[in-house]
Amino acid sequence: MDTTPQNNTPQTTAPQTTAPAEPQRSAHYHHSTDLPTQLPPRGPDMRPLWPPKVDILMTVLFAVAVFTMPIWLQPFGAAYPDLMQRFAIFGIFAIGFNILFGLTGYLSFGHAAFLGVGSYAAVWSFKLLSLNIVPAILLSIGIAGLFALAIGYVSLRRSGIYFAILTLAFAQMCYNLAYSVLTPITNGETGLRVLRDDPRVLDALVTGTSEVAVPRASFFGIEMSGMTGFWTCAVCLLIAFYIALRITRSPFGMMLRGIKSNQTRMNYIGFNTRPYTLVAFVVSGMYAGLAGALLAVVDPLAGAERMQWTASGEVVLMTILGGAGTLLGPFLGAVLIKYFENIFSALSDSTLFQAFSFLPDTAREVVVTIVSPFVGEGWHLTLGVLFMLVVIFLPGGLTEGFRRIARALRGGSGKKESSQ
Amino acid sequence: MMGNAVLSVADVQKNFAGLRALSDIDLQIEEGKTHAIIGPNGAGKSTLLNVCVGRLAPDQGAVVFHGQVITGKKPHEINQLGIARVFQTPEIFPDLTLLQNVMAPAYARRDGPIRLNLLTRLDDDKDVRLEAEHILEDVGLAAKRHDEASALSRGDKRRLELAMCLVQHPKLLLLDEPTAGMSRLDTNRTIDLLKRIKERGMTKVIIEHDMHVVFSLADKVSVLAQGRIIAEGTPDEVRADPKVQEAYLGGAH
Repeated sequence: MDTTPQNNTPQTTAPQTTAPAEPQRSAHYHHSTDLPTQLPPRGPDMRPLWPPKVDILMTVLFAVAVFTMPIWLQPFGAAYPDLMQRFAIFGIFAIGFNILFGLTGYLSFGHAAFLGVGSYAAVWSFKLLSLNIVPAILLSIGIAGLFALAIGYVSLRRSGIYFAILTLAFAQMCYNLAYSVLTPITNGETGLRVLRDDPRVLDALVTGTSEVAVPRASFFGIEMSGMTGFWTCAVCLLIAFYIALRITRSPFGMMLRGIKSNQTRMNYIGFNTRPYTLVAFVVSGMYAGLAGALLAVVDPLAGAERMQWTASGEVVLMTILGGAGTLLGPFLGAVLIKYFENIFSALSDSTLFQAFSFLPDTAREVVVTIVSPFVGEGWHLTLGVLFMLVVIFLPGGLTEGFRRIARALRGGSGKKESSQ
Repeated sequence: MMGNAVLSVADVQKNFAGLRALSDIDLQIEEGKTHAIIGPNGAGKSTLLNVCVGRLAPDQGAVVFHGQVITGKKPHEINQLGIARVFQTPEIFPDLTLLQNVMAPAYARRDGPIRLNLLTRLDDDKDVRLEAEHILEDVGLAAKRHDEASALSRGDKRRLELAMCLVQHPKLLLLDEPTAGMSRLDTNRTIDLLKRIKERGMTKVIIEHDMHVVFSLADKVSVLAQGRIIAEGTPDEVRADPKVQEAYLGGAH
């Protein structure tokens, strides 16, 4: 700042004795004079790639957006706890899935298995241990992690389409087993539910009895009903988001992206890539386990339909729709798909007639006839069209769309930002 | 037997579906030297390098690095022993920035083949960053450090790949046609860079078609033709060898 005329080098103005900041270049490093150097000789640029302040700001903004959902979702008709907690739960699912798919590029088609396992584990925890959600969540994450370890260990021996098929096969196996051999654990088609007189050893120890009038999950006495369920899910979402952010910014996260970019090169610079992909797989499995646990927390029953391949496909859609490899994208995708599933599917022809009431009668007939296949039962059609448009025109997902808009607004300098 | 051989290839043989790609290859790479392997297309040069880095397993024979047999080891194990390789077509991380491209191998060298540092910050590892910055400056790519590697020209990609190898301070650097497809200017810059590495005492094996590059860098040249070493010696000796002129230079050089 206040350099004296004698001291006009870009070095630090600190006294010489305490200036270790400028690294000593070894004698080998100088350029020979005939080399066209592209950089004036100065110290290396050590500015952080991702300033911690930016990360914290991002987390805070995300937190604000999530915790004010009951307010800003009102105009969209989505501000009720049942739907909002779905946004949060499937947001966690997608954020975790993205750690595997977005960072390493390994496309798993069987992540719903971990979701289902998480749900069953949580319900069993409600039955055998306690109605408190803390042991249930921890148990679910742990058991889903173990499942992911076993399935990932086998599946990651292959990559690309073979990996996808292997994970799909394992997930379908889990799904079918839940209906057949494993019915003592899963209670088959009826689904596993919490009963009034389940043993619940931990509760029995604390309160003397495990009997409750209405078995409901709770957080040290706070029952998980209505908005409480949503707040719980929102807090979990926030923690999940922050951990995903830290993983993305870590050397480990960079290695995962290296694996996606060029696995051969990773091997030839000395990395054993298998443990990296396996850890990514297990972490994303644990995220799915958490999501499954939360599904059971807000509604203490578990069914096998949660593990069906369509559920595995849904999380792939969410991630790609929002933007694979980005931090916010998967959550956006989850919100959008769950919104369509719950709101768009509820629209009927009569609501459409109301919405287009400003049109003259015949025009209204035509418009409603055109639009009606896209709503109600046909909401999948809208989703399909949207997905197609995104994949064709915005391969980076909605996040890329927002980034393009932001760039255009900033004056279209076209300078690509390395925000991820 | 040479006492200071970094890498010895002993009696290596490799067949591809009945085709003999390499036969009876014996090669000693001496410490601190630049050893060029030349030969016409299809002579087996790249196959030889692939055997050295564990991409291919030889049908017979062994490769010994610093007294340790490395045949049968996995590529990442061989790299961790101190062998880095530049490929014929640049193998880089196209989706990562230049800086990250160079930081990844620096991590591999610092932390070994596995380190699951999920929650540390990339930005906190200042030593790795500093090393990467120095190497990028060294190869003249520092100004593009935040660009995605896919945006680089072919020549720059090759230099980036070289930087990724150099950041590991390998004991042995294998270069597969490091100047192929480069302009004369880029070729000369690369030669200059490789000369500077040589001053640091790094042992190198270089496969090259460009005789200008070979004769300005190599201490020793082995000539490969039809999977056999037909001549070996200093560049001048090899140039004068009538067998070589017949097989490779066609007498025109």
